[in-house]
Amino acid sequence: MFSILKGIFSNLRTLVMIFAHATRKRDTILYPEVKPYLPPRYRGRIVLTRDPDGEERCVACNLCAAVCPVGCISLQKGEQADGRWYPEFFRINFSRCIFCGLCEEACPTSAIQLTPDFELGEYDRQNLVYEKEHLLISGTGKVPEYNFYRIAGLAIAGKPKGAAAHEAAPIDVKDLLP
Amino acid sequence: MSGWTPSLTAALIAGLKALVLLLGLVSAAALLIWGERRLLALWQDRYGPNRVGPFGLLQVMADMIKIFFKEDWVPAFVDRPVFLLAPLLAMTTALLVFVLIPVAPGWGVAPDLNVGVLVFLALAGLGVYGAMLGGMSSNSKYALLGGLRSAAQMLSYEVFMGIALMGVVIQAGSFRLDRIVAAQQHLWFIIPQCCGFFAFSLAAVASVHRFPFDQPETEQELVAGYHTEYSGMKFGMFFVAEYVGIVVVSALLTTLFLGGWHGPLADRLPWMGFIWFALKTLFFIMMFILLRGALPRPRYDQIMALGWKFCLPLSLGNLLITAAVVLTGTTGV
Repeated sequence: MFSILKGIFSNLRTLVMIFAHATRKRDTILYPEVKPYLPPRYRGRIVLTRDPDGEERCVACNLCAAVCPVGCISLQKGEQADGRWYPEFFRINFSRCIFCGLCEEACPTSAIQLTPDFELGEYDRQNLVYEKEHLLISGTGKVPEYNFYRIAGLAIAGKPKGAAAHEAAPIDVKDLLP
Repeated sequence: MSGWTPSLTAALIAGLKALVLLLGLVSAAALLIWGERRLLALWQDRYGPNRVGPFGLLQVMADMIKIFFKEDWVPAFVDRPVFLLAPLLAMTTALLVFVLIPVAPGWGVAPDLNVGVLVFLALAGLGVYGAMLGGMSSNSKYALLGGLRSAAQMLSYEVFMGIALMGVVIQAGSFRLDRIVAAQQHLWFIIPQCCGFFAFSLAAVASVHRFPFDQPETEQELVAGYHTEYSGMKFGMFFVAEYVGIVVVSALLTTLFLGGWHGPLADRLPWMGFIWFALKTLFFIMMFILLRGALPRPRYDQIMALGWKFCLPLSLGNLLITAAVVLTGTTGV
């Protein structure tokens, strides 16, 4: 008898507690009107950044395409007149992309970066294939100072060996004199 | 106009009133689909459907358009005639009970039926056929188990459902629902008949297969129970029948235990009576949804034990005591 009363009381208590939830704050964020806060390092839409001089950072090394677990990146190396490498085309298929961020980790020049933009919806599946013109942004992204060709020892037109930042002049290894 | 007689006019008016009540009931049941989702969401700290139309009210329309255009597929392995009959049966028995209920003074299809309560019990008994035949004719294990559970649950709950109602009938001295309402002018039956109310409300929840007693459906074990094999509008019929059942049973609880349309001003203004009736019914509907939102589902044997070991003795005792009190004449009508 006591256990029955206890059970009834327990159930009634549950009812009251659930009813009291009517006055609680709702957890849902009404999305299109209220945008959710996303941390700066959120992994969303992928962009290609430029260096501080406004040149493309991507040197078409293909590391991002190699590391991509779903193989959604494809690009073709080209070479400019001054000796810089650049991607002739750079294509990301966002219908395959899993936003793992491995491409960003692999990139030696910080060219490819993930941004906190997740609104990629399209009515036509073909529109999810982004070409270079869709990916390239005008800014520098997360690493504003970095410029690969100013730091790397690679010689290009207008910047011979030894002219890069913190780079000593090249040594003639066939000469014994110090 | 030779055939035009006053009785014909009266019949026409009665028919129109019945039509209004039917439309009101069905639209209330349809809106309840939206209302339930909103209320459940409210109690779970969510919003629920709030996009289509104001407050998401047009969600019902969207759902209806969707379900009308769904493919209504009858599996090849079912017992076809019975399979087609079952949802109709479920819907009809749910709708027919509303005939008995006086929604306001002078409004109601047949509140003066002199076997009102008995008709309700009979229709509740028939209502189980909708679920049971649906489950049997589907020729599928889950549906069969659902139908079986539905039949067993209804059998054991109908026993004390009738007995729990008899206390009310004894106090009111009539099976007519309008007399029962009239007998509650000064004191709602929920107070002298609290045990009967308790037992009957449990049986009422069980009779429409609502939450703690939704053994025939039990999504987690039986896919969807007796309507597993149904699709399209036939599933929709079962679905709406459940909500019609909720509205009807809430209206019945109001009528039998909460004084029907009685309330302040109801005697002078008939529409106030309807408002009181609607408010009380809404309260019970809300309780139905709250039950679903709050309680876990008991095991099948626990349901049976509750019915036979607790509710049946409770309602029997209630009947005995009510009868004794009425016979000795300390209260009564």
